[in-house]
Amino acid sequence: MTQTFSSTGSDRFVGSARSRVDGPAKVTGLARYAGEFTGPDLLHGTVVSGTIARGRITGIDTEAAEAVPGVIKVLTHENRPRTAWLDYNYQDAVAPPGSPFRALYDDKIHYSGQPVALVVAEDFETARHAAALVRVSYAAETPATDLTAVGDLAYDPPKKRSGIKPPPKPWGDADAVFDTSAVKLRETYRIATEHHNPMEPHASTVIVEGEGRYTVYDKVQGVSNSHAYLASVFGLDKDKVRVMNPYLGGGFGSGLRPQYQLFLAMLAARDLDRSVRVVLTRDQMWSFTHRPETLQTVSLGADADGTLQALRHDALAPTSRFEDYQEVVVNWSAVLYRCDNVALTYKLAQLDVFTPGDMRAPGAVTGVFAIETAMDELAHATGLDPIELRLKNYSERDATAEDKPFGSKALKSCFTQGAERFGWSRRNPEPRSMREGRELVGWGMATGVWESMMQQTSAHAILTADGKLEVGNSTGDIGTGTYTILTQIAADSLGLTMEAVTTKLGDTDLPEAPVAGGSWTAASSGTAVMKACRDVGEQLFKLARQMDDSPLANVDFERVAFAEGRIAVADDPARGVALVDVMRAAGVEKLEATASAAPDKDFNATYEAYTHSAIFAEVKVDEELGQVRVTRIVSAIAAGKVLNPKTARSQILGGVVMGIGSALEEESMMDTRLGRFMNHNLSEYHVPVNADIHDIEVIFVDEEDKANPLGVKGLGEIGIVGTAAAIANAVHHATGKRIRDLPITIDKILA
Amino acid sequence: MNRFDYVRAGTVAEAVQAFAGAPDARFIAGGTNLVDLMKYDVERPGRLVDITRLPLTGIEERDGGLRLGALATNADVAYDARVRERYPLLANAILAGASAQLRNAASTGGNLLQRTRCYYFYDTATPCNKREPGSGCPAIGGVSRIHAIFGTSEHCIATHPSDMCVALAALEAVVQVAGPAGERSIPFAEFHRLPGDAPERDTNLAPGEIVVAVDLPARDFGQNVTYLKLRDRLSYAFALVSVAAALELDGGTIRTARLALGGVAHKPWRNARAEALLVGKPAERASFQAAADLVVAEAKPQAGNAFKVELARRAIVRGLEQAAAGTPQSITDKRIQ
Repeated sequence: MTQTFSSTGSDRFVGSARSRVDGPAKVTGLARYAGEFTGPDLLHGTVVSGTIARGRITGIDTEAAEAVPGVIKVLTHENRPRTAWLDYNYQDAVAPPGSPFRALYDDKIHYSGQPVALVVAEDFETARHAAALVRVSYAAETPATDLTAVGDLAYDPPKKRSGIKPPPKPWGDADAVFDTSAVKLRETYRIATEHHNPMEPHASTVIVEGEGRYTVYDKVQGVSNSHAYLASVFGLDKDKVRVMNPYLGGGFGSGLRPQYQLFLAMLAARDLDRSVRVVLTRDQMWSFTHRPETLQTVSLGADADGTLQALRHDALAPTSRFEDYQEVVVNWSAVLYRCDNVALTYKLAQLDVFTPGDMRAPGAVTGVFAIETAMDELAHATGLDPIELRLKNYSERDATAEDKPFGSKALKSCFTQGAERFGWSRRNPEPRSMREGRELVGWGMATGVWESMMQQTSAHAILTADGKLEVGNSTGDIGTGTYTILTQIAADSLGLTMEAVTTKLGDTDLPEAPVAGGSWTAASSGTAVMKACRDVGEQLFKLARQMDDSPLANVDFERVAFAEGRIAVADDPARGVALVDVMRAAGVEKLEATASAAPDKDFNATYEAYTHSAIFAEVKVDEELGQVRVTRIVSAIAAGKVLNPKTARSQILGGVVMGIGSALEEESMMDTRLGRFMNHNLSEYHVPVNADIHDIEVIFVDEEDKANPLGVKGLGEIGIVGTAAAIANAVHHATGKRIRDLPITIDKILA
Repeated sequence: MNRFDYVRAGTVAEAVQAFAGAPDARFIAGGTNLVDLMKYDVERPGRLVDITRLPLTGIEERDGGLRLGALATNADVAYDARVRERYPLLANAILAGASAQLRNAASTGGNLLQRTRCYYFYDTATPCNKREPGSGCPAIGGVSRIHAIFGTSEHCIATHPSDMCVALAALEAVVQVAGPAGERSIPFAEFHRLPGDAPERDTNLAPGEIVVAVDLPARDFGQNVTYLKLRDRLSYAFALVSVAAALELDGGTIRTARLALGGVAHKPWRNARAEALLVGKPAERASFQAAADLVVAEAKPQAGNAFKVELARRAIVRGLEQAAAGTPQSITDKRIQ
């Protein structure tokens, strides 16, 4: 049974569609972002970006820049203040193994776009003008930025990234069985480099408060990560640094790690003892992390009836020369499909680029595209319906994790309900069989999968004598609706209206929570808030029992319910008292509690937890002109309990749109001679616009899960996973053309 | 971004004069391209001559055609009732470009004078012969998806990014300019240049000359026109290939054909022999294919944009089909027709 939040057993707000509580602040401009905060005598820093991909700085001429009136200082590797020495000090909470990048550290150039100077001036215009006057000379070396050219140098990362499951050891004999299989399929797949490109560029504002204290506003998906990083890198007392980020204009993973503008802003603030703001430009948004281009080979050996006998999934991904970024790319194949002979490998090759990073459903977007396209190819080869093939090889246990059963897996319901809504049964399986006027019509489907995770998280609840409740912790609402769902949970937990609840997030003065990523925030922060509210509820109960003529005398806590601002006997609501009366009678101004939530060890020892989806896509292809339109998507999601169908749907819609982008449009194009991404602006790096988006329908299937008391599994990433495969499969159905290289652009349709 | 002087001109004469003393001056109207380029340090003007107060915003009847003031915004032109009625090709080409916000700010003259969107031109970290003559052209052999396949030189393979200009080329508009040496008219085909060995020069304007108007000839082709724009997403992207097609038909026979291509050359690309080939031919696919073959026979693509040759061939055929059928490509449908 999924637990409800209110002790009455009937949720009033949780589970119902609610508009975002932070919506009015956002649409009226009251919501402030990291680059909008200010302080007395604020200085402005503009980053000078390097122009070569590999080599050394031989000289930096800052004379002209420093001569501009209003310029305070030009920081470079030659005059930077000292910061921590050891790599360890720079490793943030989600850093991969290696030596994290240090801006202005020395004369070495690691990648194109590397920051080489920070011009600090009294105003933004002066800083920007002076930055253009800085002259940097280099001794350039030939960069390696072509993944296809470095495959021979690929290696199995010796140190594994925390929290990222490496491929399991092979079982059976995938190669031998593949060779003797009745149906064999071996193809290579590629996804292009993608950059996150949130609307809000990365920015940090460091306010010098005096006496060694700093208030920092940082564009980050979890202020606690930046907080610990600043303390460690600059040797600061954590109590003297407060990091805040109440709102985020999109992150998609680009804000998980503290980025170099934070380092530079604090470096300058400490050096000059002045408040400093550093905002990156749009083209500088290509100067740090990205989703890595990945080359994959999938080999499927099957019986004539489609039963998988051999499964091999090999991936080659780039990383930087200083860190081994890792994501889960190949494991998904064996999570989704049961097979007795499996080999999964994931290798890295170093390029002269910045370290890749997590981007919405990292690794899953990549790997699931390959396996779900390959499965469509196998369906075509065996004449099976794609859903039938998937059901035939359906996994009931996680072969990548000691064959543990899934805590819940309602993927079959996703297939059934998604197919029904889409009208899948009317599909003629023959490619090129459906046409509408000039356009070929294609229907394709794919499965999506993502981990369901929870993290150690704290939260507090403070009930004041006026009946208002504040809850919160340091995690961020990255646009997902966290403010709203936490407000719903808190309101139901103590029987208050949502208006009586204020949720505060993104502030290191609040109880500690991890970065907002991995789709774990609803489960983690939601549970922590619920527990903190419960604690306050117990305190109220004790006070209520102490009242003269208490209506709750001789009643156990398990028998009381919180509703309509009162604490009352659950099966006799007339026997109760208003919360404000309890507090008045006790003479307390406020009741507060801090609670922690952590993954359920017993559950995790027994089960593996994933969210699933079935995506159905309709494309219409003008083959003559290479035009592909995604005219219909049905995304059926199994992700446990849905806290707020409105914000949940928006999560999936956003994921699907981003999936359409990765399928058809998104690609950062590298000039491999210069080692530089060339289309570094939103004009030439294409993400979908309104005209590219048609009908998207989201279905949440019923799924009960017990991994956490809320029964939620997370929704931030599942919407994008598999979407590109469904579209590529639909393109094949429409045209007979199998495109294994994303994005599917005009040239590939014409080829 | 650099520092610059700012001068506001009240008349064309003042504007020309304000420019004359400053070789690094630039005229600014809508600023939708120039300000971007200044932010990227591609343009570093010492003086901006603000021409937004010049009395050049009107759209007037002239010699049976229309005179578009150089400061009429792209939106003014596209939504002008006379333009929509008589020159749907132009209206549709304008509406195929940019966004509503940009079209509200961008001027007619500025549209003609916008600079290429070549990645390398925009990126001061790389060489570019158009930005820094003699520094080289990394687009050749580089990331060249959006680059030219016609009329390129060993120094430059940039394209002119405008949609409006492709329609103006097909309509054979005339550009009216004023300058230190007085006023003159430039036929549209002679306004923009091919890169040759001076890719830093986009147009044949003399230093200090200012566009004051664009004249549309009386001949309007009625509904037998289309502007077909193909790109990497359906809106808000520059053309990989676009086609402005205009036909005069005599029953099923072509009497006059105009065909201009965008996204494929340093200027709107016309091929007189292909247009001549169509004259007297039946308005049918075979004729269109023959003309398309003739046009693309001259293409010299890069590895990164070789697909544009076939795409151009097919776009020409489709564009001519749409024009012949009198069913112009819609600019509001979320699809190519």
